[in-house]
Amino acid sequence: MSTEAPRFSSLSSRIVPLLIDDVDTDQIIPAEYLKVTGREGLAEGLFAAWRQDPECALHREVFQGAEVLLAGENFGCGSSREHAPWALLDYGFRAVLSPCFADIFRINALRNGLLTIAVDRALHQWLAKSVGQDPTLEITIDLERSTLTLPAGSPFGAEVPFEVDPFARRCLLDGVDQLGYLLQRHAAIASYETNHPARFDSRQPAGEVS
Amino acid sequence: MQPESEANPGSAANAPPSTLFDKIWRRHLVTEPAEAGVPSMLYIDLHLLHEVTTPQAFAELQRRGLPVRCPQRAVATMDQSTPTLPGVGRSGLRVIDPRGADQLDQLEANCERHGIPLFALGDDRQGIVHVIGPELGLTQPGMTIVCGDSHTSTHGAFGALAFGIGSSEVTHVLATQCLLQQRPRTFEVHLEGELQHGATAKDLILGIIAETGVDGGTGHVIEYTGRAIRQLDMEGRMTVCNMSIEAGARAGLIAPDETTFSYLADRPYAPRAWSQAVADWRQLRTDPGAVFDRRITLDAAAIEPMITWGTHPGMSMPVSGTVPVLGEIEPASRPTVEKAWDYMAVKPGEALLGRDVDVVFVGSCTNSRLSDLEAAASILDGRQVASGVEMLVVPGSQTVRRQAEERGLHEVFLAAGAQWREAGCSMCLAMNGDRLAPGQLAVSTTNRNFEGRQGPGGRTVLASPLTAAASAVAGHITDPREML
Repeated sequence: MSTEAPRFSSLSSRIVPLLIDDVDTDQIIPAEYLKVTGREGLAEGLFAAWRQDPECALHREVFQGAEVLLAGENFGCGSSREHAPWALLDYGFRAVLSPCFADIFRINALRNGLLTIAVDRALHQWLAKSVGQDPTLEITIDLERSTLTLPAGSPFGAEVPFEVDPFARRCLLDGVDQLGYLLQRHAAIASYETNHPARFDSRQPAGEVS
Repeated sequence: MQPESEANPGSAANAPPSTLFDKIWRRHLVTEPAEAGVPSMLYIDLHLLHEVTTPQAFAELQRRGLPVRCPQRAVATMDQSTPTLPGVGRSGLRVIDPRGADQLDQLEANCERHGIPLFALGDDRQGIVHVIGPELGLTQPGMTIVCGDSHTSTHGAFGALAFGIGSSEVTHVLATQCLLQQRPRTFEVHLEGELQHGATAKDLILGIIAETGVDGGTGHVIEYTGRAIRQLDMEGRMTVCNMSIEAGARAGLIAPDETTFSYLADRPYAPRAWSQAVADWRQLRTDPGAVFDRRITLDAAAIEPMITWGTHPGMSMPVSGTVPVLGEIEPASRPTVEKAWDYMAVKPGEALLGRDVDVVFVGSCTNSRLSDLEAAASILDGRQVASGVEMLVVPGSQTVRRQAEERGLHEVFLAAGAQWREAGCSMCLAMNGDRLAPGQLAVSTTNRNFEGRQGPGGRTVLASPLTAAASAVAGHITDPREML
């Protein structure tokens, strides 16, 4: 909910591995950090419990400033809290690679400009192994071309295409304001409402109507 | 309320068979997608709001100078940051946690400014958002319902398309009453047979998730069908649909039937044109021959009382079972499972029956309704919570609390040594002061056994109200069938 619609074009970055499956949004940002009324400063709560471990990958010098997270399967399951992508963005991440994402997290992330890229399992395994051997490896993400440029020695070729929701892609490339997009269609909404009158009014229970 | 496509008998006769999901989806399309890949504009009938996920949404509305388009389609309540200690109320909460109180103040101010009805603390309709929607009759078949909370899937028990959204989408609905949505796929989970004695709706959904996995429903809306579902009362159906999100599905659906209609009749917000509404609701079922994108069949009779042993709801087993061993786990999943063993302090191959319990929690949008409390009370009646065990019973709403007290359930809980609290989410997500201490083990009727969910370092075993109450009495994890 920044003042402008989020944008994404391309980036090159090291890759922080977090190779646990089914990472839920309670891990990404525990409920204790949801007692806020804004969306700023949430980096403090990012993976708060796991960061207490000095061995946590986020503490490694080599990953400071990295913008890409390599996550396990089903990343972002659980609660719908949009604080999860806000916290990842606030910390400095701009893209997450995973074999698959939970639906609500993926939608929330893309709405905020945090790119979720589903990569096939073989590529995911190779990236995990490669980063394990050489944490300085970099990846390049190009949203316009929808390609990943892989580190040298990739058995998948230097470049692989990725798929992303085409509407989200267009919005991120062009900086489309999705609420503005909906507001422009007010005539269609009004017409729908005329044809589909409500059966209830939340301000007035039926039992209270004389 | 007839959608255009069904208003014309000629086109209806020729229409291909539809799923329940298809019928609700089509009724709510404001615009068809202009081209492939562009999302549909879906109209939202009912928008539920609460304090934790809405402040940023209202702030954005304010920043843009936008009004709320349909306050008459919105209802707000307070449930997550709210205290549950009897008699504490707002002033007490301010002392406990000023940030939580700030969220409550903002919700009150935002609802006041925009004319949205709010069931605040102290209102006799206040409670967990997914408990009060149905009990007030706001939740009705065929509706689209959203809330900034993933357990909005609960309302699918009425044949409503109900799903959780983020705060940005809350702004979209406040401003336009619409959402941009990609059409999900459909998934039928068919339950044959009848649940056995001692197995409940909670055990059924844990059994389903054990089968689908926690990501098996991703990208899908699940429709639950079959005899075991038809035999559930509305509260059991809500328990099942509530945890659809734990299978990765944003929404769960159960076609409305006589059970649904008799539950809704005479509720405060039930339609006044009742027979007309029921006639329409009867059309809300999957047509014979309609095709789902995916389908599984399970035997409900094979489901035993279930518990979880790990750190997500898919890591479960029959209460008398043993924690899976390495050979039963795919190599790629081993680091995740080893982490779960470690966090929960369980060993592969180990039984959890007899494991000491520190806390028992009965509550949450999964299991805090009257029938859940009655189930727990049926075990506790004439028995005592074991010494060293703390048991909290937190009704889902003030209405549930009143109904329970009219039946004397609170006396059963108090006599047994359990605590009887005010309505709210409480220890399900530990935002209100009710929480586990590090290392404590809780048997909990909630929906998420994630690491730290009920308090940093706390360990959660998910179970039914029967299993939770039986474990409280025994002081360790117990098969409830021993006490029925």
